Amino acid sequence: MAAHAAHAHTVKRYKGLMDWLTTVDHKKIGILYMIAGLFFFLIGGLEAIMIRIQLMKPMNDFVSGDTFNELITMHGTTMIFLAAMPLLFALMNAVIPLQIGARDVAFPFLNSLGFWTFFFGGVLLNLSWFAGTVPDAGWTSYVPLAGPNYNSNHGVDYYVIGLQIAGIGTLLGGINFMATIINMRAPGLSFMRLPMFTWAIFITSALIVFAFPVLTVGLVALMFDRLFHANFFEIGNGGSEVLWEHIFWVFGHPEVYILIVPAFGVISEVVSTFSRKRLFGYSSMVFATVLIAFLGFMVWAHHMFTTGLGPVANGLFSIATMLIAVPTGVKIFNWLFTLWGGSIRFTTANLFAIGFIPTFVMGGVTGVMLASAPADFQYHDSYFVVAHFHYVIVGGLIFGIFAGLHYWWPKMFGRMLNETIGKITFWTFFIGFHMTFLIQHFLGLLGMPRRVYTYLDGQGFNNMNLISTVGAFLMGIGTIAFLLNIFITWSKPRNAAADAWEDGRSLEWSIPSPPPEYNFQQLPLVRGYDAWWKEKMEGKTAMTPAEPIGSIHMPSPSILPLIMSIGLFIAGFGFMYDHLIVGGVGLLITFGCMIVRSVFDDHGFHIEPEDQEVHA
Amino acid sequence: MKRLIPLLTGLVLLLSGCGREDLSTLNPQGPVAEKQLDLMKLSIGIMALVVVVVFAICIYVLIRFRRRKGDKSIPKQVEGNHTLEIIWTVIPLVLLLILGVPTIKDVFGLAKDYSKDKDAVQVKVTAHQYWWEFEYTDYGITTAQELIVPTDKKISFELVGADVKHSFWIPSIGGKMDTNPGVTNRMYLEFPKEGVFRGKCAELCGPSHALMDFKAKAVSEASFQRWVTAMKAPAVMPADKDLAEKFTSQCLSCHAVGENGSNSAPNLTGVGGRQTIGGILYNDAEGGAEKNIHDWVTDPQKYKSGAMMPSAEDNSLTDADVSAIAKYLAGYKLDY
Amino acid sequence: MSAHEHVDGQLPHEPEKATLEARNKILGFWIFLGAETVLFGTLFSAFLALRHNIGDGPKASELFELPMVFAATMILLTSSLTSVFAVQSLHQHKKNAMIGWLVVTIVLGLAFLGLEIYEFSHYLDEGHGFTTSAFSSSFYTLVGFHGAHVAFGVLWISLVIGQIFKKGLTVVTAPKIYISAIYWHFIDVVWVFIFTVVYLMGKVAG
Repeated sequence: MAAHAAHAHTVKRYKGLMDWLTTVDHKKIGILYMIAGLFFFLIGGLEAIMIRIQLMKPMNDFVSGDTFNELITMHGTTMIFLAAMPLLFALMNAVIPLQIGARDVAFPFLNSLGFWTFFFGGVLLNLSWFAGTVPDAGWTSYVPLAGPNYNSNHGVDYYVIGLQIAGIGTLLGGINFMATIINMRAPGLSFMRLPMFTWAIFITSALIVFAFPVLTVGLVALMFDRLFHANFFEIGNGGSEVLWEHIFWVFGHPEVYILIVPAFGVISEVVSTFSRKRLFGYSSMVFATVLIAFLGFMVWAHHMFTTGLGPVANGLFSIATMLIAVPTGVKIFNWLFTLWGGSIRFTTANLFAIGFIPTFVMGGVTGVMLASAPADFQYHDSYFVVAHFHYVIVGGLIFGIFAGLHYWWPKMFGRMLNETIGKITFWTFFIGFHMTFLIQHFLGLLGMPRRVYTYLDGQGFNNMNLISTVGAFLMGIGTIAFLLNIFITWSKPRNAAADAWEDGRSLEWSIPSPPPEYNFQQLPLVRGYDAWWKEKMEGKTAMTPAEPIGSIHMPSPSILPLIMSIGLFIAGFGFMYDHLIVGGVGLLITFGCMIVRSVFDDHGFHIEPEDQEVHA
Repeated sequence: MKRLIPLLTGLVLLLSGCGREDLSTLNPQGPVAEKQLDLMKLSIGIMALVVVVVFAICIYVLIRFRRRKGDKSIPKQVEGNHTLEIIWTVIPLVLLLILGVPTIKDVFGLAKDYSKDKDAVQVKVTAHQYWWEFEYTDYGITTAQELIVPTDKKISFELVGADVKHSFWIPSIGGKMDTNPGVTNRMYLEFPKEGVFRGKCAELCGPSHALMDFKAKAVSEASFQRWVTAMKAPAVMPADKDLAEKFTSQCLSCHAVGENGSNSAPNLTGVGGRQTIGGILYNDAEGGAEKNIHDWVTDPQKYKSGAMMPSAEDNSLTDADVSAIAKYLAGYKLDY
Repeated sequence: MSAHEHVDGQLPHEPEKATLEARNKILGFWIFLGAETVLFGTLFSAFLALRHNIGDGPKASELFELPMVFAATMILLTSSLTSVFAVQSLHQHKKNAMIGWLVVTIVLGLAFLGLEIYEFSHYLDEGHGFTTSAFSSSFYTLVGFHGAHVAFGVLWISLVIGQIFKKGLTVVTAPKIYISAIYWHFIDVVWVFIFTVVYLMGKVAG
């Protein structure tokens, strides 16, 4: 007992690189997610640019058909799993505990583990470029094309194993944020007082928890087929190709909502802040989001209208899909009426949020068009679909992420981003985006299938493809402008105010930018929706504390999450290249760390009131 | 302003004929594609209405309620408005009902099964990496790459994939249906106008997915009957005996002409009369079918990476052999 | 909050829920079990989709021997009961009784695993290998995933017993017992479904 007591109060603090490798602080993990996400975003973007160069003119030979298939597969997989999701996790980590008035997430250790497994899964997937065998069956990896008979090199192995490892991280994140939002809310912060972004993340986390295991099973089955000659998808031995499609889309459709729901949350916050108005129809917003998430699980087969499920299934899934438009419409109009009567300030964050609304509506209406199964026979697997989902994912999610990053940047780093460069970022990216993808609707309607590495001359596709390529370059310039903005403002002093935009409404704006490591010296007492705004309107300059100043308990940093993830990384390679011993060693490292974590209790440390002054 | 340029270009192209007659979904050449276009127009109409309303409110709000410099006033904090919220829940529901009813009607209409219909032509489509096999089960004939159909009958398709999943799509005639390995799908199409229509593979199937084109040629009933007769006629083999022997041993081990050979590669009966070689080399270009066949046989990988066919060298064919075979096949045309 | 200040005898009635950390763990674990439910649900769906595709292998009705599977089921159900007794002892702060019940649970778990291994080796002799058919692949994956969960549970509970010996019953160790018991019940419930869907339906409709 005595030994434990002594252990518990030892303050373990690392500096420099070790600090980042061992951190369990949600704010630092958020930054790690952001750096990794932006890194993979650049890789995915580079792949996109190469795709567009290849399609710039008919019968181009910039890359071969094989390479092109690798590019589209890696572009899709990287952007969804390794860029978009981590960037969302970055915002979740940076903001959620602050918005709910908590000192950290429910499971700081798992939070770190989640980051590192995602990171090493992503690294493993991308190492395929160096191994020379890259996944090339599309991000959907339909069998048998992705099966052992038609894909006999290691390409798809990188996909199944990389995504399994990264998927562990995502699942842990989902569990963590659900538990955090349920258990760690500040006194008085009831569910119907939660900021909309927190609600969105709560719903997203639930979607992650119920959707990702489905993908895991699919990936395991495909891995068994590929590595151990199982027959899940081997037609000759009784396997089923359509089964893979079902499994993939039962996961895949909720995944789309996992991506877009957080963006809904960001837009709600940004629009409300920069119009100085309470979010219009808050409770209907919450209800609509829950409904969207719920319906999201019932519509997967609209990705399979041409698979041949028959008219009954196609009819039901058509109608179910159309129904999603109703709650989505509710959200759109609620945003517009939040702006209505407000005092709208056009910051970069708000430009992205306002750009989001009409853009997402266009993606949404093409979604309803796609929901009509007989018409979908024409749209399906054509460039119309490519245009549609880029409108939703780029025009929706990426705009949302840009809005969120610009909005919360001062809270994360204590520095404002430069507004002029921000506006250049917005306009180049926005114009480039519409230039790239609007035209692709027409390409699809004129008969151009998707995932084609080239097209014959004389089919009427040439000009539109060229325009699309030019647009892609503009988006690239927008992204570079954003990176420049980060570098340029990095040398500026850290002088952002606590309420950096002056019109902040939720709890994160009531504490310093960036917050001290314990976030809240005293947990705040929440007295209503828009807790901080409410206090400000009553002339207060700080939240009412819910507890006296006292010793603050903090979790200890740990290197174990990093080592566990490295163990999985090694195991992945071992199994892929048939070195079962290496695979076993990797798993032993991971399980060994789990045992160490279980046996040696970590009681964390305390920050005493006299030390708090220094930080705060 | 720049955002409008692609929009305008798109609209101009759209108005100037909606793309190629033999390729575009916007220029339907048969009742199936017409029905689908009607549904597309209806949905585009409804959706355009939604987009216009949202854009109008959005633009109005952004201009009317922008913050003036130094404005410190706090706008009225509105919680919501039940009437408005009910309106924008009910109106979309009504719009969806307008779209949903014809959708369901067409879902069942287009799924009609003509496989037992004596008047319909039964065609079994087998998709291969990267070519199309068409078997006319009622006539006992098989062809490849160029589907020949009569204009006055319904064509009932049975679709299956031989290796991986492909998708059978003739945009100007009707929507697509996947060819799944191990499962049979059915669909029907109608080709009321004579002409040649472009077909595509719409599902990623490997490196040459982009090049897996085919043609659908609609001809009159009489012409179709002549074609069937010609297909059933004894094969025309090369006149030169050595060449015939070489052709039989090196080509017909996989290909077929008439009653000779096997069907694990495209059937070559009347290949010289087709629009393309390999689905992508157009015979109306300079050199015609003979040059295309020569190029193709010499090195198929150059034109379709991943194709199963060996190069002339690997198939122990000299350049002279290839030229002779090309000349023979280019001259092999069916009269119909 | 500071766990180490408690000693045996001064524990609250439900020591597993005494701290926020412990309540977080229990909630998080329930959410995790939600994810596990989806995982097994998907495995069940794959099995149901493929179970008639037996290729050249034996039919389910020829293969399965219900008496042995029934015995395995009874063993696992009993182990669930003994883990309930262990948690009851935890609530009464009877450390030794609790360890006793946990040991019985582990022994039953091992017996179940032994039977399963025997069963699988028997199937292999009958020509029902992992690679035989889609039916066999999905069967071994579903039942094997469950078996792996049982094995993990046995190791986990053993580790927790070791910690109880070393650290005693505290508000830190109590949630570990409680959570491993929830896990054990979950495995048990999954098995009931396997018994019904795989074995009984296989015998009747296979």
